[in-house]
Amino acid sequence: MKSTHLNLRAAMVSLLMFLVFLGAWQLSATAPSVAGAAKAGMTAEEVEYLKMMGKDPGAVKSTGFPPPLEVGKAMVGHLADPFYDKGPNDKGIGIQLAHSLGRVGLGFLLAVLVALPVGFMIGMSPLMRKAFDPFVQVLKPISPLAWMPLALYTLKDSDVSGIFVIFICSVWPMLINTAFGVSAVKRDWLNVASTLEVTPLRKAFLVILPAAAPTIVTGMRISMGIAWLVIVAAEMLVGGTGVGYFVWNEWNNLSLVNVIFAVLVIGVVGMLLDLAFAQLQKAVTYVE
Amino acid sequence: MWSETTERELTTAPLPAAVAKLLPIPSELHALQTKANAMTGFLKIEKLGKAYQSDKPVFSDVSFTIDKGEFVCIIGHSGCGKTTILNVLAGLDTATAGHAFMDGREIAGPSLERGVVFQSHALMPWLTVRQNIAFAVHSRWPDWKKPQVNEHVEKHVGMVGLLHAIDKKPSQLSGGMKQRVGIARAFAIQPKMLLLDEPFGALDALTRGTIQDELMGIVRQTQQTVFMITHDVDEAILLSDRILLMSNGNESGGHYVPGGLAEVVVNPLPRERTRAQLHHLPGYYDMRNHIVDFLVSRAKAH
Repeated sequence: MKSTHLNLRAAMVSLLMFLVFLGAWQLSATAPSVAGAAKAGMTAEEVEYLKMMGKDPGAVKSTGFPPPLEVGKAMVGHLADPFYDKGPNDKGIGIQLAHSLGRVGLGFLLAVLVALPVGFMIGMSPLMRKAFDPFVQVLKPISPLAWMPLALYTLKDSDVSGIFVIFICSVWPMLINTAFGVSAVKRDWLNVASTLEVTPLRKAFLVILPAAAPTIVTGMRISMGIAWLVIVAAEMLVGGTGVGYFVWNEWNNLSLVNVIFAVLVIGVVGMLLDLAFAQLQKAVTYVE
Repeated sequence: MWSETTERELTTAPLPAAVAKLLPIPSELHALQTKANAMTGFLKIEKLGKAYQSDKPVFSDVSFTIDKGEFVCIIGHSGCGKTTILNVLAGLDTATAGHAFMDGREIAGPSLERGVVFQSHALMPWLTVRQNIAFAVHSRWPDWKKPQVNEHVEKHVGMVGLLHAIDKKPSQLSGGMKQRVGIARAFAIQPKMLLLDEPFGALDALTRGTIQDELMGIVRQTQQTVFMITHDVDEAILLSDRILLMSNGNESGGHYVPGGLAEVVVNPLPRERTRAQLHHLPGYYDMRNHIVDFLVSRAKAH
C-alpha cells in the first residue's frame, strides 16, 4: 500500500520532469536567432551574392536543432517500418539493431565460453590465480577500441573485428567475477561434496556453479553493459551496419532527427538488456 | 566405582583387557593389542598427532577404538584438536603422525562410508530439503531411478519429522530444522559410521533437547556407530556409551606438553535412559561432576 503510493508519486515526478525537459527542448529549438540586421545599405548584387553563398541576410535562421514534435514524427515513421532495406545506406532501424545485437550476442557468447572455464580454473587454483594475475591486470584496462587496428589487420574482416572487440571487452568482468565467485564457495559445501565422493564434474556443475552463480551473473551483467556501450563506438569505426553505423550515417546526412531517435533506441535497448540480466540474477540468487 | 577411568600416566602398568581397549596403548603392548583390536575395534586410531609447528604439536599420541554400534563422544576445550580428529576420520584433514583405520582399512580420504554432520549444517541453500538429500542419495547410489531416490529421501525426511517442509529451501527453516535435515542427509547414505561435529552447538536449549532425543532414537534403531564432538556434558552423558576427555597442549615447567586423550569415561547408565529421567539415575551426578571437574581443573591447567 505504502510502496504503491510511493511508486505512483515517483511516476508523477518523473512525468513532470519529462514534460519540463520537453518544454525546454521545444523552446530552445524554435527560438529564432537574430539575423538580417545588416541588410540595410547593401546593393542588390551584394544580397544576391550572400544568398548564393548560403548566408541569406533576409532569412529567419533557426538553430537547426529539431523540436520534439519533429523527432516524434520521425520516431513513428521509423517504428512503423523497422525492417525495410533500400541498399547499404538505407536500412530500417530493426535491421540495424539486429546486426548490433547479433554482434554483441556472438562476442558475448564467445566471452562466456572463455571466461567461465578459465575463471573456474583461476578460482580453484591459487597457482593459476597468481600466474594469470599480471596478464589480467595489464589487459583489463585497455580500451577495447584500441584493439581495433590489430583486429582489422589480423582478422581482415570488419564484422569479425567488431565481434572480437565485444569479446575482449566482455571477457574481463566475467573472468574476474567467476574466479572470485568460485574461490569464495563455502568450504562446508565443498566438504559435503567430498564426503559424498561427488565426481569432479558433478561437483563443478552441481555445487560450485550454483554457489558462484550470483557472482558470475553479476559479472555477466557488467559485461553486457560494457558490450552495449562499446558496440556503438565500434560500429561507428568499422561502418557497414548496426546502430552505431546508423548514428554515424545520419550525422553525415545531417539528420539530427534520426540521430536523436537512434540515441533513444540505444538507451532503451541497453535498458532491456540490463533488465534481462537482472531477471537472470534474481533467478540464481539464493538466501543463506 | 561408577566408571572405569584411568589416567594416561597409569597406562604403562599392565591392564585388564577390557580396560586396555579403551585406553591409549603403550608401545610395548602395541603388537598384542593390535591383534585384540582387530577383533573388536571397528574404528581404530593409532598414535594420532597433529602439529602446525613441528616442536609444538596440538595433540599427540591419541589412540582409541570404537566398536560397531557404539556411540562415543569427545569433550575438550576449544583448540584441543577435537575437530581435527573428526576431520581426519572424515578424511577431510590429514594428521602429521599416526594412523586411522576403519573396518581394517586405513582412512585415506573422504568416503561415503562415513557420514558427516557439520556444525553449520552445510545444506546447499539453492536446493530444497528434498533436493539436498536427493543429492546425497544420488551420490551414494548413482544407478537408482528417480522414484527410488525419492522414496528413500522421503523415508529419511520422515524420520526426522520434516515431511511437511520437504519442499522448502533451507532459508525457510529454523536452525533446529536445518540441523535435522543435516542429520537426515547423513543417515540417508547409510554410512558405516556417523561423524557429528558439535551438531547442536548453535541451537537453543529446548530445540537441542528434542533433537537429542530424536538422534538417540534413530541411532538406537539403526545400530549406527557414532563419533560425536560436543561441549555439553549432559549431552555426552545422555547419548554416549563412552566419553573421551581431551586436554589442551600447554607449557608446564618450562617445557611444552602436547594435548591428547587424557581419560576415557565409560558411561555406566542404562542404555535405555531418556533425557527426562537422566538426572534421577544413580551415578549420574558422580559422572557429571567428574567430567566437569576435569574440564575445569585438569583439561587445561597444569
